[in-house]
Amino acid sequence: MAAVTAASSPPTNPMVLHAATGTEGLPEKVSIRDLEFFYGESRALKGISLPLYANRTTAFIGPSGCGKSTLLRILNRMYDLYPNQRATGQVLFDGENLLDASQDINLLRARIGMVFQKPTPFPMSIYENIAFGIRLYEKLPRAEMDARVESALRRAALWDEVKDKLGASGLSLSGGQQQRLCIARTVAVKPEVILFDEPCSALDPISTAKIEELIDEMKKDYTIVIVTHNMQQAARVSDFTAFMYLGELIEFDETANLFTTPRDKRTQAYITGRFG
Amino acid sequence: MADHILKRFDQELERLNATLNEMGGLTESQLSKSLDAVRERDTALAEEVIAADARVDQLDAQVQQQTVQLLALRQPMAVDLRVVLSSIKIAAALERIADYAKNTAKRSIVLTQGTAPASAVAGIDRLGRLVRSALKDVLDAFAEEDVDKAHDVWQRDEEIDHVYTGLFRELLTYMMEDPRNITACTHLLFMAKNIERAGDHVTNIAELVSFRRTGKTFAEARPKGSSSLYTTGAS
Repeated sequence: MAAVTAASSPPTNPMVLHAATGTEGLPEKVSIRDLEFFYGESRALKGISLPLYANRTTAFIGPSGCGKSTLLRILNRMYDLYPNQRATGQVLFDGENLLDASQDINLLRARIGMVFQKPTPFPMSIYENIAFGIRLYEKLPRAEMDARVESALRRAALWDEVKDKLGASGLSLSGGQQQRLCIARTVAVKPEVILFDEPCSALDPISTAKIEELIDEMKKDYTIVIVTHNMQQAARVSDFTAFMYLGELIEFDETANLFTTPRDKRTQAYITGRFG
Repeated sequence: MADHILKRFDQELERLNATLNEMGGLTESQLSKSLDAVRERDTALAEEVIAADARVDQLDAQVQQQTVQLLALRQPMAVDLRVVLSSIKIAAALERIADYAKNTAKRSIVLTQGTAPASAVAGIDRLGRLVRSALKDVLDAFAEEDVDKAHDVWQRDEEIDHVYTGLFRELLTYMMEDPRNITACTHLLFMAKNIERAGDHVTNIAELVSFRRTGKTFAEARPKGSSSLYTTGAS
């Protein structure tokens, strides 16, 4: 197959390729509209419009540099940490534009939690790893805090493995357990949306399967977004998939459709391993 | 077998099995009713069989769609891969068997318009009952994942072929005796061939039941009892 470049491809028709089937009546938790993003002068995202449906898992896939991580980082204003980076357009979160300068970033990051590629437990006890985040937002009596920590660890499917050693260092856990500890830390502050940035790239297959099952389980309570290099993982865990290429959203559809009958030639070429 | 860590994978495999089981049950009833239609000269029943074939085709399409989705989204390995691949083939075999039942039902309607030699009609019924019971048993073997039972069904194809060859000779004899028998006997001959082919597909399903479980089909040479190819009728 000939190399596919953005320059030679026809402009994407948002009416055709960005409308997933079978989504009538699904509420949009987040609506991304005409989003553009700049690193200094260079434009990393070009007119992205995309719904993130409530209580569904949406995966962003695409080759390195396609903008999928950039897009994820916009969703909790991670880019605010860096100078010279700016976003235009709208990201409506329950109807409110989270790109507005007036947004309370700390509150936003509690409502939209993030789990990173490498497990990042704090160098403190398992218990404190969870309680630490809660204390930033709430003052709880000890008994209530215990209950919150337990419930977070249960949601992350880690409780049974650590309940007898809550005082042990978070760093003493295995990689897979550390990642579930990070998920517990994220859910402890009661977010509504959880962003996963390559959550399994440092994990073995069994730990990966546990995280994937956890993600599937968690979507009844949260809206989930996952960025992954691993297309098979996107296929396994997500309900909707967005394929991005060179800063553009090429195709968005139900995962079952996108991986069996993609509509754009570039999506087809990428998921069948012909470029990217 | 232990469940998958990813529960959705198990749910999708169960759904695929459920589709196949429904398809098997319907195919069994189609074959059974088509044989009843021949024996009882029941045109209404034959029409019912013809109409219900669309549902079998629909289930076949569902199996294909579900297997494509499982392959694309779950990347099955080892036993899961065999289950998914054999499911497409089992569905194809069931779809063929149902087609043969439909064709038999169609011919049974034509047969009611004249007289057919009673003993040949009885022969069709006998052949049909052998295949019907083989189909029932292979579907049980499939549902119970019972390789021994599948092997038993697999061996019964020889008997089916013998009965078919006998019927073939008998029908040739009727046609040679009296040319007025030719129309009815030709239809009966096609019916016999349909039912015998359905039996071959039952044998294929038996092999697939084994393949699913063990990765192997049955090792011995497949029973080949039919000698109708060499039957001249002049003996």
